Formats: sequence, C-alpha cells, structure tokens
Amino acid sequence: MSITATGGTSRPTPDAAPRTPQRASASARGTGRTLPTGKALPTGKALLAGLRRLTGGPEVPGPRHAMIGLGLLALGLLVLAPMLLTDFRLNQLGRFICYAIVAVGIGLAWGRGGMLTLGQGVFFGLGAYAMAMHMQLADAELQGLAAPQFMLTFGADVPWWWEPFRSGLFTVAAILLLPAVVAVVLGLSVFTRRVKGAYFAILNQAMVFAFAVLLVGQQATLNGSNGLSGFQSFLGFSLYDPANRRAIYLLAAAVLILLVAIAWWMMRSRFGELLVATRDAEERVRFLGYNPALIKTAAFATAAVMASIGGALFVPLVGIISPAEIGVVPSIAFVIGVAIGGRATLFGPVIGALAVAWAESSLAETFPSGWSYLQGLLLVLVIAILPGGVASILTRFRPRDGGPGSDHPHDSGQPDLRDLPDQPDQPGHSDRADHPTQPDLTVQEGDRP
Amino acid sequence: MILSQLVAGVSVGSILLLAAVGLALTFGQMGVINMAHGEFIMVGAYTAYVVQSVLGHAGISLLVAIPTAFLVGGLLGVLLEQLLIRHMYHRPLDTLLATFGVGIILQQLARDVFGAPAVDVRTPSWLQGSVEILGTAVPTSRIFILGLVVAVVAGLSLLMTHTALGRRIRAVVLNRNLAETSGISTRSTDRLTFFIGSGLAGVAGVTITLIGSTSPTLGTSYIVDAFLVVVAGGIGRIKGAVIAAFSLGILQAFIEVGTTASIAKFLVLVIVVAFLQIRPQGLFSVRTRSLA
Repeated sequence: MSITATGGTSRPTPDAAPRTPQRASASARGTGRTLPTGKALPTGKALLAGLRRLTGGPEVPGPRHAMIGLGLLALGLLVLAPMLLTDFRLNQLGRFICYAIVAVGIGLAWGRGGMLTLGQGVFFGLGAYAMAMHMQLADAELQGLAAPQFMLTFGADVPWWWEPFRSGLFTVAAILLLPAVVAVVLGLSVFTRRVKGAYFAILNQAMVFAFAVLLVGQQATLNGSNGLSGFQSFLGFSLYDPANRRAIYLLAAAVLILLVAIAWWMMRSRFGELLVATRDAEERVRFLGYNPALIKTAAFATAAVMASIGGALFVPLVGIISPAEIGVVPSIAFVIGVAIGGRATLFGPVIGALAVAWAESSLAETFPSGWSYLQGLLLVLVIAILPGGVASILTRFRPRDGGPGSDHPHDSGQPDLRDLPDQPDQPGHSDRADHPTQPDLTVQEGDRP
Repeated sequence: MILSQLVAGVSVGSILLLAAVGLALTFGQMGVINMAHGEFIMVGAYTAYVVQSVLGHAGISLLVAIPTAFLVGGLLGVLLEQLLIRHMYHRPLDTLLATFGVGIILQQLARDVFGAPAVDVRTPSWLQGSVEILGTAVPTSRIFILGLVVAVVAGLSLLMTHTALGRRIRAVVLNRNLAETSGISTRSTDRLTFFIGSGLAGVAGVTITLIGSTSPTLGTSYIVDAFLVVVAGGIGRIKGAVIAAFSLGILQAFIEVGTTASIAKFLVLVIVVAFLQIRPQGLFSVRTRSLA
C-alpha cells in the first residue's frame, strides 16, 4: 500500500523517520530527508540511542521498546510512587495521571491525526459529571437523603436525567459511550464538510466555552459554578480511608498504562498509518479511495473517550468537579503538556502532561504568578523552536543512515538545536513562508479555502 | 417586545463586531490565528483605565483613550508579528498555541500590574442616561458604541477599497506569491495589516469599559465569540463579519427570551455549527482554486 510506504510510521528502526512525509506544520520538521541531522555526541551515544528508542521520537517504538517503556512507566507509577510518596503527594500524582490520560488521547488526535482538539474539556466534563452524579446519588442513598445535599438546599427534586446514574453500570456505560456519541456526531458533521485545521480548533473551543457556560447555568441541577463535591464514598468504599484512596490511585495508574498500550496498538495498526497519512496529505488519502472523515472521526472519538475516562477518575481522586476545571483555559492546558512532551510520540504526551502538572503544582505552592509566566513562555518557546516537543531533542542527536557510529564530517558544526528548514542552505527559518516545502496538492493545513 | 429584543441584539452585535473586526483582518485576511487578540482587547481596556487615571476627566479621557489604545494595541500586534508570528505563517495551528502562550503572559502581567480584582473606568457624563428608541430605553453608551462600530467598519472598507494599502492587502490575501512577484512587499503589508487589526482590538477594549468593568480575564470572554463571528461570516470579507456579528447578536437576544442566557449561548453555537454544514466557507468567501 503506497500510503504506508510513504507514511512509514510503524517501522521500529530510527532510520524510517526521514521518510515520513513532511507537512508544513509537521511536528517532525527537524527530521526532514535533506536535513543534515546532527551527529550524536561522542560520549553517551548508546544511552541517547536507547532513550530515543524509548521515547520513540516522531516514530512509534517497536514492540520490545514499547514493552520496556510501558514496564518503566508501570514500575514508576505502580511500584515506586506508592512506596516513596506520602498519601497527599500520591493523591496529587493521581490527579496528574488523569491529565495524562487525557493527553494520551490528544496525542492520538492531534499528534498523529493533526486535529488540534482545544475542546477536550467537554469530554473530560462529560465523564467527570457522569461519575460525580453517580457518586452524589450513592452518597445520598447511604445517608438516607432523598436527593444530594446541594439539591436539598435548593429545595429541588432529583431531575429525571439524574435517575439512570443511580446504576453504576449505566454510569460506566455513559462515561464510555456518551463522549463517543458526541464526538462521532460532531466529527462526522464537521469532517465530512471538510472543516479542518484552525476552523476545527476554533469550533472545538467554542464548544467547550458553550459547555462551561451551560454548566454554570445549571444551578439547581448541577450546582452551577460551584460544581459537585463533598463525596464520601466510591463504589461503596469510604473515601476517608487512606487505603481506599491509594486503591483509586492504583486504578488510575493502571488505566493510564492500559490506555498507553491501546494507543500504541492503534498507532502501529493500519488505522494508525492511515491517520498519519491523513494528517500529512488528506487529499492524497481521499484520492486513494479512503474516507478521511471516517479516519479522523475515529481518532477524535477515541481521544474523546480517553478524556472522559480521565474525567471520571478525576472525581474520586480530587473530590470536586466544577465548570472551572473544564473551561477554555483548562482545555488548552491539556494540550500544553502534549505540546511540550512531544505530540506525535507515544510517551511524550504522558511524560509532558505529568511534568507540566507537577511543575505547575509545585511552582504554584511557592511562587503563584511565576507559573503563568513560565507556562506561557514554555508554550511559546517549545512551539516556535521545538515543534516536536522535548522528545524531538533526542531524535536530533540521531546518527545518519549509516547507523550508529558512522560520522559524517560535513555534519559537524551544525548547531542542530534550531528548527532548520528542509533546504540545508536556507539562511534561516524566517524565510520559510516564501518557500513551500511540500510538493503537495493541498495548500497548507488550515489554509484559506 | 420584538423591537426591544432587536435593539438588545443589535447592541450585543455591535460589541461582538468591534471585538471581531480586528480578527477579520488578521485571521480572515491573513489566516493567522492570534489567540492573544483577546488580550489586546484587555490591554485596550486597561489603556482606557490608565489614561483616565492620568487625565482625571472622564469625558476627555475617553476621546484620548481611543487613539491611544489603537496605538498601544497596534504596536503590541506588530511586536508579536515580528517576533513570533512571522516565523510561523505556514503553521496556523502552532501559531494558535504560541499566541495563546503570549496571551497567558499578558494576562498574568495585567494581574501583577493592576491586580486581579476588576477595575472600573468612569463613563463620561455625556454618555450616561438613555434614549428612548422604538419604545425601549437604550443606554446612550450603547448608541455611542454602535456609532463607533459603524465608523470603524466604514473606515476599514474605505481603506480596503480606496487606498493603496487596501489594494496591497487584498492582493496579498488573494495570492501571496503573485503579489510578491508583482513588487508588493508582503512583509510590510503583513506588518501593517497586523498593526491595524491589533489596534482595532485596542479600540474594542476601550469601548468595553463603557459597558462593564475591566479585569485581566476580559479578553478570554470575548475571543471565542469573536472567532465564531469571523468563522461564520466567512473569511476574507469584512461584510461577512458585519452580518455574522449582528445576526449572532440578534439570534442570542431572541433565544434568550424563552430560555436563559447560558442556554441561548449554547444554542447559538449549535446553530453556527449547523450553519457551517450548509456553508462550510461561511457567509462570504473569496473563491480560490485550492483544494484545501
């Protein structure tokens, strides 16, 4: 199949990367075919090569390295963290894991599929509110109340659409299916009309804005801007017991690892290759007889379900869900970690989301306004200078096709930390606008029709 | 009742249009998504606040603040274009995120300089009170805003159709490479377009101080609606933005009658999405032969 021949995403060898077609906004510009990639440092070359394979670079790691990566993630989150961290810190890490779960989906939709999902807050919120409604009803039942506490203060009855959430099974089904249905309806309607690029991103953002406004307006049924909180039990287990809280943490960590494994499987599959091909050359995929709208919708829906799962786990771990957690700004915050970690890689989004969330909470404890500056600056610098994210630094120290150890004299002295244009002798990236690098039928992604 | 909702809708629409008209230039014409546009609006609002604290007199300060905010916003826009956006014209999604980063920084800056609580700019005495129109009392400040919007849009369309700069901008929008080969400096055209577009955000900020208080997060509440107006209006045409802004404003006002403001907002979005089903290009668009 010619797409996979050019898309070449699943080859485990690092040499496959240069054959990936470059799109104008490609995450992996730095690995262009004609680009003289920097040579590895003389020392630590093996270490870098190993790290590179683990993070995958713009590639998806092969089975062996994926297993090692997943193993390390499991070791860190399931074994080391519970051993070393206090209950408070572990709970905090659990919250970060929820963000990382959302990030895995964003990596799939945005990094692999090129759809900038600025509205993941909607799906995060759907999952979170579904779980929160179930827990509220369960708590009310345990305390023998007719309705959740906040409803009683409003003197309201349990609305009819709350009723099904008494059932745990229905809640789980809703968490998984509701976002999928919303995403499929929205995705199909938008993608079949070939709304893409920036328009999709803006519609997404408008959607999350409207959703947050809608939630704030639901004073009597969803407690408005205060959101749902004050949970006491989860699946019948008391949330005041530290052991139960640890168990919920372990559940979240296990779900994250499972979802990373699923994402890896999807990236390696035929679907994953079609997704990358659609991202890089949608018209070619269409001309080859595939329907890009279906491919994109599938990736969008997967990302939506992952965001919903993250939201559902967020509620028992953090104990509150409110419109403030899912508005426009939190939705972009989900994307920031992915951008910094490396959007097209397997582990980049996870590591990025965890690192950004950790940095935020530890900086916010000591130096609240500093975090905003750092976050903004990081976003600007990473996007402008390092579009492939931090993971792409590793791929830049890549030996040339000759394999490890083959030094190319003309490479030396190339300051390879910058995002170089594909032509080696361009004066600088400021000229890029005038030199389209993609001999493609499409104009640029998100360009004017 | 219908008339009063119509008046309310036009009033909402005029503010929407002021916030969106700068975007119609930078996003609609140039295809650059500047998420910091909302923060430029916020900067314009704070400019009005600073001008008023310096001058003291509310009536004069408003008239001084409008050109000042235009300059401040415009210079910020040129700075952003030169330092960041210029390097990423072919990566629209990345521009979106990077300029959002700039927005975060500007917001925090405003929080650190002016404090997180909202500040108020006094409305000049000649804009207080209200006028009876079609049996509804309309605040004078709203009429002032409407007049300003009409002036801005008229000025902008004159600029686009009757000046050399306007011709250059339209040429660059239609075909950048051909414009460049014809001897138009696309660089300086981009810069000027950005100056005007961002300057208009500053003006929008000043007018928003007339109807509400000014806080560091002011921009975020307008940016989403403003983008929606440009998307629905279609790119490349100012008149699309005009029609879209007033239609959305009036639509919102009428849906609010039977429901609440939040449900109305939600429904307006659904209607826009449905509308894009019928016309993915928005109301008006410049036809090109690209496949994208």
